[in-house]
Amino acid sequence: MTDRWTETGEWLVSSPLFGVTLTLAAYVGGRLLWQRLGKPAALQPVVVAIVVVAGVLLLFDIDYDDYLIGGSLISFLLGPATVALAVPLYRQLSALRSAALAVPTAIVLGSAGAIVAAVGFVRLLGGDEVLERTMAPKSATTPVALELAALYGGIPPLAAVLTVLTGIVGAVLGPWVMTRARIVDPRARGLAVGTSSHGIGLSRILHDDPVEGAFGGLAMALTALSTSLLMPLLLPLLGLP
Amino acid sequence: MLPGLVVLLLCQFAGELAVRLTGVPLPGPVAGMLLLVVVLAVRRPAPDAPVLQAADGLLAHLQLLFVPAGVGVVTTLAVFRDQAPAVLGGIVLAWLVGLLLTGWSAAALLNLQRRFGHGRRAAS
Repeated sequence: MTDRWTETGEWLVSSPLFGVTLTLAAYVGGRLLWQRLGKPAALQPVVVAIVVVAGVLLLFDIDYDDYLIGGSLISFLLGPATVALAVPLYRQLSALRSAALAVPTAIVLGSAGAIVAAVGFVRLLGGDEVLERTMAPKSATTPVALELAALYGGIPPLAAVLTVLTGIVGAVLGPWVMTRARIVDPRARGLAVGTSSHGIGLSRILHDDPVEGAFGGLAMALTALSTSLLMPLLLPLLGLP
Repeated sequence: MLPGLVVLLLCQFAGELAVRLTGVPLPGPVAGMLLLVVVLAVRRPAPDAPVLQAADGLLAHLQLLFVPAGVGVVTTLAVFRDQAPAVLGGIVLAWLVGLLLTGWSAAALLNLQRRFGHGRRAAS
């Protein structure tokens, strides 16, 4: 009898059914909770879902790699979802033309500043060189940050986590900080969130305002490009050849 | 919904092939997104076109797609324990620098552009 239980347990965690069901259930639960509580910024569904799934894995001693058998089916959709950001962008093409100068300049400044600040603050606060290299690309969206970390001597899975946490900070605090910093133009707000907080920050402002969402999507795409191009230029200047 | 998803996947497919064949340092899906903007701007689909519905459907639950990557935190707990100030400080402070630098420079440039635009219109 116990054999059957063990066998069934082993089958379950090595089947994609486990990771997919757990992730979707945790997210739907998190979303329901978020709606019930009046959509508080601090309780983004992604936060609840990560805590619940991570808790289940730790509690039942399940390998992250086993979870990914199903989990990676969900991450796969990040690709088409990134392509889908073309739609809010297309709907706001005319607004975009009014900002032809501001868009590239602000994004290059912001993504360069984020790389330098990531390396600088990690060094200042006693982190090691591998952490500096892993933190550097975290403004780019998750799959890009992962690739860049691998390319320049960081730890890819850690880069994915740092990037997701950065996005969560952006979704939770971004609009509040910008209002206090007197950033009110929806175009500037969208650019700032898209550049600093990629898809997760974007998922919040997509609901807030169509102009913010469109500029955020564009900024996320261009930040991926800008970070990819800036990493090999800035890292040597920061003493990381 | 499904025909729309096929369009999104085909754009990603084309994007992945394009960046690999040309060696442009751009993620494939981002190239696919730029391609789709061009396709939409040229074709101008009806507001209820499948591709628009599929995109809106996926974007409504964008946060879900980041959950598996975030759960990776369980494999990196040692780094968080050993270098907590650097990890947390790096995340929050570098984020703040990126946000403010982008936001302030964009606001200043948009302001400048508006004034310059008005000046030119008044002069002509």
